[in-house]
Amino acid sequence: MKSVNELRMVFDSKSVNEGFARVAVSSFLACIDPNIEELTDIKTAVSEAVTNSVVHGYCEREGKIYITVSILEKNKVKIRIRDKGVGIENVEKAMEPLFTTVGGERSGLGFAVMESFMDKVRVSSEPGKGTTVTMEKKIFGKRL
Amino acid sequence: MAAKIVYKQKEICVYLDGEIDHHSASLIRVSIDEAVTGKRPVLLVLDFDKVTFMDSSGIGLVMGRYKLMKSLGGKIRVQGLSAGAYKVMCLAGIERLGEVKQKEAVYK
Repeated sequence: MKSVNELRMVFDSKSVNEGFARVAVSSFLACIDPNIEELTDIKTAVSEAVTNSVVHGYCEREGKIYITVSILEKNKVKIRIRDKGVGIENVEKAMEPLFTTVGGERSGLGFAVMESFMDKVRVSSEPGKGTTVTMEKKIFGKRL
Repeated sequence: MAAKIVYKQKEICVYLDGEIDHHSASLIRVSIDEAVTGKRPVLLVLDFDKVTFMDSSGIGLVMGRYKLMKSLGGKIRVQGLSAGAYKVMCLAGIERLGEVKQKEAVYK
């Protein structure tokens, strides 16, 4: 499907940029007038994916995070979040709810949030090369 | 993100303010835990009324405090959740851990 409008950005993998990323994506989407619930869903999903890159992809070390937001025909939004971090050995396992490799207070629900808040979530990853999360959601706008 | 901690007799009430994500949650966790381990309250109230955004880090924040309160023999209450925050919390079945209340406006 042809992209009608596109945003690309690259930023440092720092936890302080998690807020920037979700706000930048939601600001860009203002042109198709999403409703508050849709916007919150997208912000939350973006926050989860970026946090995964910071915490898991780059293990809180230096790196770059790449985001492409494409607004396709019929207000379909496609968001790609990519890192060149450690990658995921077993994507299926990583996407299981409550599964987490880090202890502390990560709930293991990052992918579960992305999957329930977006229409489609696809994860491709190669150990040592990085991870790409591609998410899609159709925006209906003023319906609440 | 800011957290105002209010001490009542055997209660600690934490008024969270702003956005809760991985970055901010790690900052407020420390101050809440210090207050709880210092005062050992019977009830810990986490008030989300002024929280403008929350991702799954909020779940970790609640679950972690639940475990801490449980280890001290106390309880937890989560209140003032926005529709968005409530949706995230529901994914974790957080209502099983203690009393969970949405914002009043949600029921209107």
